[in-house]
Amino acid sequence: MTLLFAVSVGVLFAAGAYMLMRRSIVKLVIGLSLLGHAANLLIYAAARPLKGRAPLIEPGQTVPPPPFSDPLPAALVLTAIVIGFSIVAYTIVLLKRAFQEVGTDDLTAYTSTER
Amino acid sequence: MLVTLPVVLPMLAAAICIAAWGRPRLHAAVAVIASAVCFALAVALLFHVRANGIQSVDMGGWSAPFGITLVADLLGAIMLVLGTGMGLAACIYSTAAADLGRVTFGHYPLMLCLNAAISGSFLAGDLFNLYVWFELMLLSSFVLLTLGGERAQIEGAIKYVTLNLLSSVLFLSTVGLVYATTGSLNMADLAIQLDAIEDPAFTTAIGLPLLVAFSIKAAVFPVFFWLPSSYHTPPPVVSALFAGLLTKVGVYAIIRATTLMFDQEWALLADGILLIAGLTMVSGVFGAIVQNDMRRILSFHIVSQIGYMLMGLGIALEVLQSAEDPAAAAPQAAVIALGGAIFYIIHHIIAKTNLFLAAGAVHKLTGTCDLKAVSGLSRTHPILAGLFLISALALAGIPILSGFWAKLALVRGGLEAETHGIVAVSLVVSIMTLYSMAKIWVNVFWGEPTHPDRDALPRLGPAILGPMAALAIANILIGVGAAPVYDLAEATALQLFDQQEYIEAVLGEQALDAATEPNEPAGQTP
Repeated sequence: MTLLFAVSVGVLFAAGAYMLMRRSIVKLVIGLSLLGHAANLLIYAAARPLKGRAPLIEPGQTVPPPPFSDPLPAALVLTAIVIGFSIVAYTIVLLKRAFQEVGTDDLTAYTSTER
Repeated sequence: MLVTLPVVLPMLAAAICIAAWGRPRLHAAVAVIASAVCFALAVALLFHVRANGIQSVDMGGWSAPFGITLVADLLGAIMLVLGTGMGLAACIYSTAAADLGRVTFGHYPLMLCLNAAISGSFLAGDLFNLYVWFELMLLSSFVLLTLGGERAQIEGAIKYVTLNLLSSVLFLSTVGLVYATTGSLNMADLAIQLDAIEDPAFTTAIGLPLLVAFSIKAAVFPVFFWLPSSYHTPPPVVSALFAGLLTKVGVYAIIRATTLMFDQEWALLADGILLIAGLTMVSGVFGAIVQNDMRRILSFHIVSQIGYMLMGLGIALEVLQSAEDPAAAAPQAAVIALGGAIFYIIHHIIAKTNLFLAAGAVHKLTGTCDLKAVSGLSRTHPILAGLFLISALALAGIPILSGFWAKLALVRGGLEAETHGIVAVSLVVSIMTLYSMAKIWVNVFWGEPTHPDRDALPRLGPAILGPMAALAIANILIGVGAAPVYDLAEATALQLFDQQEYIEAVLGEQALDAATEPNEPAGQTP
């Protein structure tokens, strides 16, 4: 299963990078959110979630019975998802404004700040 | 208390502003007071850390390395003083320079959030926590950058947003890889755990995306181009705050990660870092030469000067790498070079912010920052011209002013380490910086006044000239009284090389005893 995670992360990174290099601003935001998902999945895989049980401590014990999964990456990923969500929301609004101002979704026309 | 307040206070002030939405005067008052208190607290913290060593606070009673830890060492405290100081200058300047529409849509709460996030980054003792502060910093800066919604702002923001998000993704991926390897994210704990891993190629591979991520934030060659295409688009006070602080957070993160976590790994890259430092200096300064807009010239010079900071770090790594006994105390040349880099950061943040504020004043007077459209301002506004000149000369490294000593320390470190190539490059770039500053001076401040009637121009009040004067005086004071500042920078460098002090402050003394025995990576699940 780790292999499945690894392949998914790789495919997400590749797809995200590919979308970033397209000329359309809509594909840009899709690329950014794919890359975000790739990073989230990578952290989640760090917990080895499929090899152990939920880390619930039995009454009278101080540690959960092995094998258990590490719960911390799930918490990290939740934080990262919330941040990623707000950033994608901001980016979509930004791109809508950009489309209104420039009148095209072609990134090669976005050169007025380079002159 | 002293460690947490610089982060909590601006957040609280921002919340008050949001509760009092639509009352711009109250926003301004709250922002100025909160920033002033934060600055005072940061100065107090710096003295406290200098006297009593590294301070560490475990949030919520979860002891390190399990909970979130805020750590203030000398580097963090110095950066905190500079960050809150520039925040205060920008808030005061905003009271005269930010237009009402902007303030109504939350200019001050955003500035406060940005300041809280910057302070948080300097105090974070945990890799994931650092990521969260970076994101908060990015989001506040995104909105500050685009507030107003002009075409140039939007276009600049797209480049800024895309590149910085790419950097965040790399950072987050590294967090995942580091956690999977060591089961820890606390930086002090990582310093122990990563050293325990035998295979340097493995840890280098994990650390490299982190170096790239921080390099994007710091606008290092070849990933700097988002900076000159976005920093001249927002209102001048916002670009001043960005120019002074944001890239330096990236540099801070590089220094922190290099000296604490990936010390042996990145020392292998010393030659590469020096090469990149040289290319960053040269590409920034060449980019500036062809520009004809005050803020664009200054933006390219940010890139160029990031190179100097990396140069100090690169020389230090080079020395450490060739040192015969890696466990012994850091060699003198390494301390001089890293101390020089820290001195340079102190000087650069002050001078750069002031130059952007001066560009803002010129913009307020004439409505443009174009060198060809303005001239002769020194006749009508001698004080503004003088304040600009002080920081411009400091930036170029003219003796007596702060930049001279910063560059002197870097060059001395470079000569002692026998890295002659980078020293030569830095000196040539220095002359070209002087050329750019002279170009702005000759075009904007000398010559026949294009706006001869002083009374017809907007008045520059004390809210604009006051912060600028304070920063210019700081440039002079650091130059004239360079010795105590340099001692502080050198003490900071020594503290950075001595990881034990940081680890003991965060984890307690028993952590080091445990680390000397063969240890199992903690938190690793079976």
